[in-house]
Amino acid sequence: MVELLYFAWVREQIGVDAETVALPANITSVAALLDWLASRSPGHAAALANRSRIRVAVDQAFATPDTPVAGAREIAIFPPVTGG
Amino acid sequence: MIAARLQSGPFDPAAEQAALLAGRTDLGAAVQFTGLVRADDGLAALTLEHYPGMTLAQMQAIAAEAAKRWPGVLGSIIHRHGRLLPGEPIVLVTTASPHRGDAFAAAQFLMDWLKTKAPFWKKEEWANGTTRWVEAKASDDAAADRWA
Repeated sequence: MVELLYFAWVREQIGVDAETVALPANITSVAALLDWLASRSPGHAAALANRSRIRVAVDQAFATPDTPVAGAREIAIFPPVTGG
Repeated sequence: MIAARLQSGPFDPAAEQAALLAGRTDLGAAVQFTGLVRADDGLAALTLEHYPGMTLAQMQAIAAEAAKRWPGVLGSIIHRHGRLLPGEPIVLVTTASPHRGDAFAAAQFLMDWLKTKAPFWKKEEWANGTTRWVEAKASDDAAADRWA
């Protein structure tokens, strides 16, 4: 099981700030995870529609589309950061 | 050594700088940057959301990178989260070094990386209840990329 965390408008569009999911065995990368997640609900699909506006951290380290997700405990999905 | 702190409450820039300089006579330059909530278009408030499990560690990593690049620089970075009003301070970067070049450069680096590599998101709020998430700026990415 992996804990998915959502922040900012990704959280608002999906409608929850976190969910625990069992990843299918064929979901091995961040890109595959986003494709799979987008099929879970209209909210997920809307939040993830434009992948260029989505950033991901795997176990609290910034990731890229090809970062492996097998064995990850926590995956966060959020817009580009706007702090400072 | 560059320290990092994450907090909801305000900070005191003068006290931060005084703490950095206390007992030191080898420092010839002290630089400080404060980022403030700007009331664009009648903005009523700005809420900073962050990633609790990652934010402080990421700020510490940014501080450590600056300390590695400018070994002679002392400093601290403080970033606030939560709902802030126009005019309130958001972020504070304080640096000091024997000569001004390193203190200026490290302060600029710290801000450029805080803006683009620390997991914060700003939500704008107006008096009529309208809200909008701030969009990331390409100019901020370009500023951070200068240091690559």
